[in-house]
Amino acid sequence: MAGANEYRHHILSVLVENKAGVLARVAGLFSRRGFNIYSLAVAPTDDPRFSRITIVVDVESKPLEQVTKQLFKLINVVKISELDPAASVERELVLATVQAEAAARGQIIELVQVFEGKIVDVGHDALTVMLAGPPSKIDDFEEIIRGYGIVELQRTGRVALAKLERQAPRLRSVSGKVG
Amino acid sequence: MKLTGAQALIKSLEMEGVEVMFGLPGGAILPVYDPIIDSPIRHILVRHEQGAGHMAEGYAHVTGRPGVAMVTSGPAATNIVTPLCDAYMDSIPLVVVTGQVPLTSIGSDAFQECDTTGITMSVTKHNWLVTDAQDIPRIVRQAFHIAGTGRPGPVLVDVPKDISNSTMDWHWPTDADLAADLPGYRPTLKGHPRMIKEAARLIAESRRPVIYAGGGILKARAAETLLELVELTGIPVVTTLMARGAFPDTHELCLGMPGMHGNYTAVTSMQKADLLIALGSRFDDRVTGKVGTFAPDAKIIHVDVDPAELGKVRRPDVPIVGDCRLVIEELVKAVQAGGGAPAQPDRSPWMTQLRAWQAQHPLTYEQSYDDGVLKPQFVIEQLRDSTPEDTIVVSGVGQHQMWTSQYWRFAHPYTWVNSGGLGTMGFAVPAAIGAKVGRPDRMVWAVDGDGCFQMTAQELVTASSERIPVKVAILNNAYLGMVRQWQEMFYEERYSEVYLSPDLPDYVKWAEAMGCVGLRVESPEEVQPAIEKANDIDDRPVVIDFRTDEREKVYPMVPAGASNDDIVVDPSQGEGGR
Repeated sequence: MAGANEYRHHILSVLVENKAGVLARVAGLFSRRGFNIYSLAVAPTDDPRFSRITIVVDVESKPLEQVTKQLFKLINVVKISELDPAASVERELVLATVQAEAAARGQIIELVQVFEGKIVDVGHDALTVMLAGPPSKIDDFEEIIRGYGIVELQRTGRVALAKLERQAPRLRSVSGKVG
Repeated sequence: MKLTGAQALIKSLEMEGVEVMFGLPGGAILPVYDPIIDSPIRHILVRHEQGAGHMAEGYAHVTGRPGVAMVTSGPAATNIVTPLCDAYMDSIPLVVVTGQVPLTSIGSDAFQECDTTGITMSVTKHNWLVTDAQDIPRIVRQAFHIAGTGRPGPVLVDVPKDISNSTMDWHWPTDADLAADLPGYRPTLKGHPRMIKEAARLIAESRRPVIYAGGGILKARAAETLLELVELTGIPVVTTLMARGAFPDTHELCLGMPGMHGNYTAVTSMQKADLLIALGSRFDDRVTGKVGTFAPDAKIIHVDVDPAELGKVRRPDVPIVGDCRLVIEELVKAVQAGGGAPAQPDRSPWMTQLRAWQAQHPLTYEQSYDDGVLKPQFVIEQLRDSTPEDTIVVSGVGQHQMWTSQYWRFAHPYTWVNSGGLGTMGFAVPAAIGAKVGRPDRMVWAVDGDGCFQMTAQELVTASSERIPVKVAILNNAYLGMVRQWQEMFYEERYSEVYLSPDLPDYVKWAEAMGCVGLRVESPEEVQPAIEKANDIDDRPVVIDFRTDEREKVYPMVPAGASNDDIVVDPSQGEGGR
């Protein structure tokens, strides 16, 4: 499953102008051209003029090259980087409410600790837990707690940035389209 | 200087050099129509908003400048969606201004409200909802910049009524202001030198090359440069439906139109080529037929200003992103640097082969004078031979369009206007009006079908009242002819909902009711005199109702989904013809 995902799913990090309707343009382009979105996360960057959209693209339908080229034609798209999973840091966050009667509660808390998650809300017979990490870790966690009974679960979709270069630092031009 | 948003909008259009716009007022755009009274811009009042859009397209086709249309909100905006989509498919620069309900009412399902920017997002290169009158000059500048540069296309500016009515401080943005606000728009115009060198090398090696010229040649004003390349290399040219006239049909190296209804030589030359030089063309399905068997032996040089076209359908061996004119200029230099014409290989066997195909399979039809039945191709040939060489020909979509493209001899660029990509029936009449407005010095003939004509004929009222003397030749076969052809060939002659009647409406009376001269032609002998009569009328539009043979079909034909190798040259071949 994970192997197939890695093959079919590519991560695009898309820097867009932070303007009304930009997300609709990106989403509309995907549906109009028959491209598939697996997940999508969007938020402003440190520069309020721009937002970053992290799109996990299913390339089963169309080649990635067409997806990026068509995306880049949108006037509000400033820059697109394809993030190779091997050369990027990916994280995703999950919130899950799990059934936790008195008998199971201890086990769940233990599991959350093993996965380095947090209990963020406590009810009489349920717990809401939070876990952030690489998508594969979230997958594993989800699978394991499923047995206890998931009441509700929400994943954020992944965000990613390129890994930093490990070579000796050297001067590089950083002027790009953003100027 | 304080202006209202409406005044700023009209002033911005004036600053962009707009001479004419096509439109129809209504509630939400009312404030903008007031300053038009005092503006030097000529406004042409249409009878339907779709007409405004197609007129702007016709204008843009023949002038190369963005066509401008202005309509109100809601139904007016949705009526202009078809021209926007048409312009998007054929890369026609358009600037469409729509009215919108006041900002404060947006989202409330107000009277004549619709989500114009949402609806038109996928059929425009870009669109804007203006939310501050102060932004109007910048947005108008950006609109013209985006519509006319890179791969041209339509843009839309949606202006809420309260924004038009509010006041702003007039200012005109500089180029730097413009660039600073478009961080994501930098079209690549200059081709990569290494790729251009590589292209010249492939050309020098090729024994069976064909230049596959597309509409991009016309958009880039590259017709002269193309001629230079062809004369230097001696490589034959096919011109796609969108590129008719980009290379003169009168030139001995012009092979004419390829594709589903292309001539045998144009289609087969591409199939047998060892090198296709695609210049501003996009490997459209109507050209390639079945992609898997298209030009199987050919290497591909693909030049396009839109990087997304490279590799979209067929992977090029040499991809070049850039403006066709600039790239061809560099290619000419690279070919010259490689030894020029003398260094080109001997291609005489290829040329001999092409000439043999031309002799063997010319375009044919038979006009008999005995039974008096009028062939549509005969009408087009007569029209072609009795009008000036630089006549602008406009067509709708269907059989008449294919026959016109096949039988006209285009000697100059920008003399052919039609709806290629979207295939919009009803395009011809309004587009011809727009073309005549753009080039009043030229004779403009629309060749239309009876089905097409009924879709937008009301715009002839616009033409009459505005004194725009276009001429319309209706090839009236009383059928939706192309659909009839497919039903005859592929649905066992089961004709479903394609009959239109030759007399209902009475086209002559209808033309006269719209202020035009109406003529009817029923036999071959009457064709020539009617055309001459029409040519002599220059103070109003003319419509000629040519009663043509309903049985006539467009040949050659590559059936949909078939390989170009399976081209059917004429009816006698039947379905299994090769």
